Amino acid sequence: MYKYDAIDRQLINERVAQFRDQVRRWKAGELADDEFRPLRLQNGLYIQRHAPMFRIAVPYGMLNSAQLRTLGHVAAKYDRGYGHFTTRHNLQLNWPKIEDVPEIMAELAEVEMHAIQTSGNCLRNITTDPFAGVAADEVIDPRPLAEILREWTTFHPEFAFLPRKFKIAISGTREDRAVTWFHDIGLHLKEQDGQVGFTVIVGGGLGRTPIRGQVVREFLPWQHILTYCEAILRVYNRAGRRDNAYKARIKILVQATGIEAFSQQVEDEWAYMKDGPATLTQAEFDRVAAHFTAPDYEKQDEVALPTEKAFTKWVDRNTHPHKVPGYAAVTLSLKQHGVAPGDITSAQMAAVADLADQYSFGELRISHEQNIILADVKKADLPAVWEKAKAAGLATPNIGLLTGMICCPGGDFCDLANAKSIPIANAIQARFDDLDYLFDIGEIDLNISGCMNACGHHHVGHIGVLGVDKNDSEYYQVTLGGRQGNDARLGKVIGPSFSADEMPDVVDKIIKVYLESRHADERFLDTFDRIGLDPFKNRVYEGRAHGKAKTAQKEAA
Amino acid sequence: MAQLIKNDTLAVDTWKTLELAEGETPESVALPAGDIIFPLAVWQARKTEIISCHKRIGLLIQPDELIEDVAGDLEYFIVIAVNFPKFVDGRGYSTASLLRQRYRYEGELRAVGDVLHDQLFFMRRVGFDSYALKDGKNAVYALETGFNSFSDTYQTSTNQPQPYFRRRA
Repeated sequence: MYKYDAIDRQLINERVAQFRDQVRRWKAGELADDEFRPLRLQNGLYIQRHAPMFRIAVPYGMLNSAQLRTLGHVAAKYDRGYGHFTTRHNLQLNWPKIEDVPEIMAELAEVEMHAIQTSGNCLRNITTDPFAGVAADEVIDPRPLAEILREWTTFHPEFAFLPRKFKIAISGTREDRAVTWFHDIGLHLKEQDGQVGFTVIVGGGLGRTPIRGQVVREFLPWQHILTYCEAILRVYNRAGRRDNAYKARIKILVQATGIEAFSQQVEDEWAYMKDGPATLTQAEFDRVAAHFTAPDYEKQDEVALPTEKAFTKWVDRNTHPHKVPGYAAVTLSLKQHGVAPGDITSAQMAAVADLADQYSFGELRISHEQNIILADVKKADLPAVWEKAKAAGLATPNIGLLTGMICCPGGDFCDLANAKSIPIANAIQARFDDLDYLFDIGEIDLNISGCMNACGHHHVGHIGVLGVDKNDSEYYQVTLGGRQGNDARLGKVIGPSFSADEMPDVVDKIIKVYLESRHADERFLDTFDRIGLDPFKNRVYEGRAHGKAKTAQKEAA
Repeated sequence: MAQLIKNDTLAVDTWKTLELAEGETPESVALPAGDIIFPLAVWQARKTEIISCHKRIGLLIQPDELIEDVAGDLEYFIVIAVNFPKFVDGRGYSTASLLRQRYRYEGELRAVGDVLHDQLFFMRRVGFDSYALKDGKNAVYALETGFNSFSDTYQTSTNQPQPYFRRRA
């Protein structure tokens, strides 16, 4: 993976010194709260419901074992001994002291980590496919360009105060695994006439107004990635709405302008920058790409793996095809039943770092599904990895299954949330605790967000759950049929929302309709696409008073 | 009064900015004598008049005003002041970049309004060379540390047209 050189190291050290001084001036009253706020946000520091929250970047999801050990260490030393992986390659600490944050940043800088631009109205962390470099269906490894983009976004002087946050995702596989259709900019690497480049998608996003992105340019040769992104950002920085934070994302601008006119504005702007000094050179690409060369894979003989059912179930769900014979990628599930999805303790971080050192060249990745991936494990080592992962509580075989859900921190931690999300996740995990049943249900994405900001990506869950506030009570709206991937689309709302108590039953009913209706080879989504929303809706609301009857019931109560 | 930082030192501001009182319009406002920074609308409405009675002319541009609209007039201005009504409104950074990089404006480019210590580094990078630091802020400390937060940069910008990757040894 990428190793910092002198400038990278110098800049993050200078960032620590800068923030230390900003905290000092804020405490001394020289910086007003409003003046300090964007500064701390651009260093990942929120003031939250119970305590500050500190968001650490894991650029494009890549970590080495020393970095993960440091994350475990800072979580133990400055927090309560655990952290939370988000859907955008970040680790969040929920209980640090503001005064400690410069120290945490200094410790992170020692291992080439930072919290730069993990929040605020600026260019955010670049995200990509956690299987980059090893995926069997990869066309081009996105990581060198992701690193080049990371450097470009870092302290960009023109785009530090955008109308709103700005997220870029890059994918290099046939099947998109980076949710590129729902980012401010999504980049699809591809080859055309022997040339490497991207399809550039713009104006996608989840959140309050979910919109699928649109293609702003079918093909852009890779050398132009920085100038073209500058052109998009300049159009957005100047024309994006600043009068209403809810209408300030680039998706709103693209919708209002129309994709053709927007595309023309970008092209006009780009014409001035095209082929200028910011055009990438082969030398720079090669310098960065040299950090992402394949590790020293060994030739593997065919091995006979144990046939024990628990092990084969884990292999079935938590391992993934690798482009090198004899190797597999392994997902360590952070979705143990009864634990908040995405949470990991300091002890677990240390255990995962050991696993990476012993079995996967000392490297690991964070997925947007909030799990950890060991990308290069010998198949012969799978039994040992399984045993150790199991001992650390990281081997729940539920990847892609109902309880492998995505879930945001929700109302237990987050100021923005309308409702709690973790208790809903835990209640559903408790209801579906039988592994055989989970396997029988098969592949299904359940995504839970505690508010319309959609950190839990509920719109693209096969089953999406959204926390809403109704007359100061917490309710949950359910959508069906959303999906990520090349055919990414938004789920459809099934009907009126439910109370927290009802949620396990609601999910149970949805699952029952699927099980009763499915053809032999159908996954949940296939059945849904064939039979539509109504059968699910009818079952879920069966016997429930609604409309006038509901009002009458309420009045009687 | 804002504190003017210029040429790496605290400077005396000789310019006055014409402000329209209630009821005044760009067409009707009296044009004062001296070194005046004119709002863009006044410049557009009274260009000939201003040129005839002022040798030294300044322009004030707001975040929602497009520099393209006066791109042909830049030779008239000794100073262009870009207003930041709130420091989180980042449109002025693009205005400055365009003025310097596209329109090759070489006069004084001044950041005015909610101009604070922690944005000075970015402002210099996009091409500002004078800064009306907000009243009540420590201008000496800003001069000392505000411009050298970082010793180098990755991207191209006005004050460094070559990206770091083209300057690697």
